[in-house]
Amino acid sequence: MYAFNYHRPDSVSAAAAILAKGGDAKLLAGGQTLIPAMKLRLASPGEIIDLGRVSELTGISTEGKVLVIGAMTPHAMVAGSPAVKSAVPALAELAHMIGDPAVRARGTIGGSIANNDPAADYPAACLGLGATIVTNKQEIAADAFFKGIFETALGDGEIITKVKFPAPEKAAYAKFPNPASRFALVGVFIAKTGSGVRVAVTGAGSNGVFRVPALEAALAKSFTPEAIAGVKVGSDGLNSDIHADAAYRAHLIGVMAKRAVAAAH
Amino acid sequence: MSVTGIGASVRRREDLRFITGKGRYTDDINQPGQACAYFLRSPHAHARIEKIDTSAAAGMPGVVAILTGDDIAKDKVGGLICGWAITSKDGSAMKAGAHPALAQGKVRYVGDQVAVVIAETLAEAKDAAEKVAVSYEVLPASVDTARTAAAGAAQIHDVAPNNTIYQWHLGDKAATDAAFAKAAHVTRLEIVNNRLVPNPMEPRAAIGDYDAGTQTFTLYTTSQNPHVARLVLSAFIGIAPEHKLRVIAPDVGGGFGSKIFIYAEETVCVWAAKKVGRPVKWTSDRTEAFLADAHGRDHVTHAELALDGAGKILGLRVKTTANLGAYMSTFSSSVPTYLYAPLLSGQYAIPAIYAEVDAVYTNTAPVDAYRGAGRPEATFVVERLIEVAARETHRDPADLRRQNFITKFPHQTPVIMTYDAGDYAGALDKALKAADYAGFAARKAAAARKGRLRGIGLCAYIEACGIAPSAAVGSLGAGVGLWESAEVRVNPVGTVEILTGSHSHGQGHETTFAQLVSGRLGIPIENVSIVHGDTDKVQFGMGTYGSRSGAVGMSAISKALDKIEAKAKKVAGYVLEASSEDIEFKDGKFTVKGTDKAIDFGSIALQAYIAHKFSGQELEPGLKEGAFYDPTNFTFPAGVHVCEVEIDPDTGATRIERWTAVDDFGVLINPMIVEGQVHGGIAQGVGQAMLENTVYNADGQLVTASYMDYQMPRADDLPSFTVQTIETRCPSNPLGIKGCGEAGAIAAPAAVINAITDAVGHENVAMPATPQVVWRAAQSAATKVAAE
Repeated sequence: MYAFNYHRPDSVSAAAAILAKGGDAKLLAGGQTLIPAMKLRLASPGEIIDLGRVSELTGISTEGKVLVIGAMTPHAMVAGSPAVKSAVPALAELAHMIGDPAVRARGTIGGSIANNDPAADYPAACLGLGATIVTNKQEIAADAFFKGIFETALGDGEIITKVKFPAPEKAAYAKFPNPASRFALVGVFIAKTGSGVRVAVTGAGSNGVFRVPALEAALAKSFTPEAIAGVKVGSDGLNSDIHADAAYRAHLIGVMAKRAVAAAH
Repeated sequence: MSVTGIGASVRRREDLRFITGKGRYTDDINQPGQACAYFLRSPHAHARIEKIDTSAAAGMPGVVAILTGDDIAKDKVGGLICGWAITSKDGSAMKAGAHPALAQGKVRYVGDQVAVVIAETLAEAKDAAEKVAVSYEVLPASVDTARTAAAGAAQIHDVAPNNTIYQWHLGDKAATDAAFAKAAHVTRLEIVNNRLVPNPMEPRAAIGDYDAGTQTFTLYTTSQNPHVARLVLSAFIGIAPEHKLRVIAPDVGGGFGSKIFIYAEETVCVWAAKKVGRPVKWTSDRTEAFLADAHGRDHVTHAELALDGAGKILGLRVKTTANLGAYMSTFSSSVPTYLYAPLLSGQYAIPAIYAEVDAVYTNTAPVDAYRGAGRPEATFVVERLIEVAARETHRDPADLRRQNFITKFPHQTPVIMTYDAGDYAGALDKALKAADYAGFAARKAAAARKGRLRGIGLCAYIEACGIAPSAAVGSLGAGVGLWESAEVRVNPVGTVEILTGSHSHGQGHETTFAQLVSGRLGIPIENVSIVHGDTDKVQFGMGTYGSRSGAVGMSAISKALDKIEAKAKKVAGYVLEASSEDIEFKDGKFTVKGTDKAIDFGSIALQAYIAHKFSGQELEPGLKEGAFYDPTNFTFPAGVHVCEVEIDPDTGATRIERWTAVDDFGVLINPMIVEGQVHGGIAQGVGQAMLENTVYNADGQLVTASYMDYQMPRADDLPSFTVQTIETRCPSNPLGIKGCGEAGAIAAPAAVINAITDAVGHENVAMPATPQVVWRAAQSAATKVAAE
């Protein structure tokens, strides 16, 4: 790890003020990716702004039919939250599938989606549920937020403060984990909402999380596993690596989609 | 059996300190004035070093010294050695390339040591290492085991044309060819035994220290055999004569073979300590462990089994290419030869066997012994062949095995070994019963109703442990003898210190060795200390590997205890005023035959030291005896493992549903520790079979250099095991012990792959059988069925 300056602000505005000074600053929001990268000397931020003491960023609430989760809320809190289990049980289940207990205790939803790892679980939930990502500057629809591998719509000096999830009629997340890392080799989040069906896939795409219109159209007609049994998911644009090639990933998208539909509640 | 003697499941005495953080590992030790070493490693698999410019780095904060291959050459420090000479079938010696501790002229794998930066702190050493400017001429790399000997491959060592180290063989080619010529059925398999990264929990570490006053070096290191390390560092590498070099291997957190070898890093630390005049410490990080610990396995094999019309095995023929990596590690040459081919007879009476083994260089990390070392590779060949042969000839796999089992002992195989004792059918019967083999068809049908594929696989393995006797291994090329030493020091109050040349790095010697002593002397186990891992305390020893510490190390203790008993009886004779021939020793008491005169062991110890009852002319005072024990043969643990899997054909996800192990380890010292060894061995074998994937890309970069990509077995990858034993006493050592440390890792891979191939109905399932591999196999089997 290289030397860096450490800041621990207690408000979003204070954090933003430090961020605005530049100096190659990075927000520390759980650190489950950033800290290992720093330890391996693969990341060398000059300034670390630890959001751990910004209490306004942590917490879960419900606003009507919308679930609101603070950016610094750890995965374990989401997994165990009665509010989440009641409004979007699939989201609590997804949070419980992330990493291991230590990761779930430290990792946060804001950290995860700001990082936008192409195999992370939360981006699938955000895109699948049509979430809105709220920052200190604006509100961004999930469809516009995830821009590619490790890339988002966040601008300079922008801090995610919370994520708003509209409660679906039913939803589920089916994940086939990478045997080694337990990230998603293929993860499929499916939500049936008042305005249609959304299918978001993580782990498989060479450009990060994506939606599958063919599956959405078929499920809009009939929200059953059988409805998508005949829908062929192509392997174009999917990852091939030592763990799974594109054809296997394409196949798994179909299998996981069927399982998610069957499990949706 | 006493409560703490042989056969008792005594709780591990060492565990309290380990699980409460009171262990003392190499990295826990710090010397006054100690500096930190960081190794600058090659980022290229194969390159010529044009220039190393350390000038900018030398001025960085905290830098003490930066040393390169030139410095080590100037000081005439020898290169690392391979201590087992193998002769090719044409009579030529093996072609071992030089292995300098810091690269000289060329680097040959990613992770090869280019320079060492010694600084006040590790962070400063790393910062400075980034400023060392190395210009490389990058050369093409050769990484593929099967193709590195082919024309056009990059040449790694000038002394080894075609990257070929030796072309060795064993067995009778003509007799084997004749057996195949008359075969009614021949089973042929192409087998890849996948490369594994050892991953002990504690990474390697070393502290070199030099006392200028006494001109004595001390090396603290994570070694399974500190005396061998001292011998090699003295006699071959030439750091210091043995009496001026002390090697201490304190608590060591797992080895699995990877800490047998004498590596570049400890060599450099001890050399550099004198050079910079300060203790020098290095601790591997996990990435370095992936890159630079000696790996295991990595064979490509064509194997054939010949059967007659009734299913009797006529012959076995094997052609193996073994990848030894970029340099020959300490015992690398022996692993795919004498630790492999002599095991190809398995548990079967096979009239003719012929094995050819080519050892090759590639631009990858060195490969050496890893849990089982050659025996897992041999067992995988034999047990895949017989399983597939049974399927091809429509025989029950258990019955075909039983038909061919060796039933009379001793049994001379056509490949060196004389099996001394065993009951192979007994183990098979017990395993089939415990596994409810008869009920498998019903379980398979039930799985099918859920849309799952269920399969069962057997593995009837044999291994050779102890690695002895010395004269035998010497005739096969070993550079060392493979006996073990022990010294029993009885203190005046009757407590006992056992000094052993074995080394415990997870095995539990502080418990099992003490059980032997407690039972034998009739003293509380608390009164026994086990001392090991320090060349200043223990005179010499050969260390721990190859499941040899029970069979060889404890036998040495037993032999020394014989001498203690004999001497103590003489003392008792004087004290009890009787002839020593009339003294009996039982349950910690010396008695005079036919009388009620008795004295306990502790009192005799005191009498031995105060020496009031005898004169020094009649008997030497004191009670201390030593022994060197050299066995008469290898030991031959054997058993049957049964694995049952269930596969989700939609994804290839495979779960092990049942695991039954019936092992014959001879006499068990501590059944609980034995069961733990079996559990751990199976876990590692399952790791090889299903999880652990070591991937070098075409450029020689290790793609799987972290746990994000390399999957170690986890608890939820494994079922609850049914572990049982049978016992045939080993006739080759006084305690009847065979050894249990490697059995699980040897048995498991074939059991798993036999189960998976049974489930999917397709023999082409490579290790590791990841979900993708299994899904593809299930798909092509389904396609084949549909086509038929």
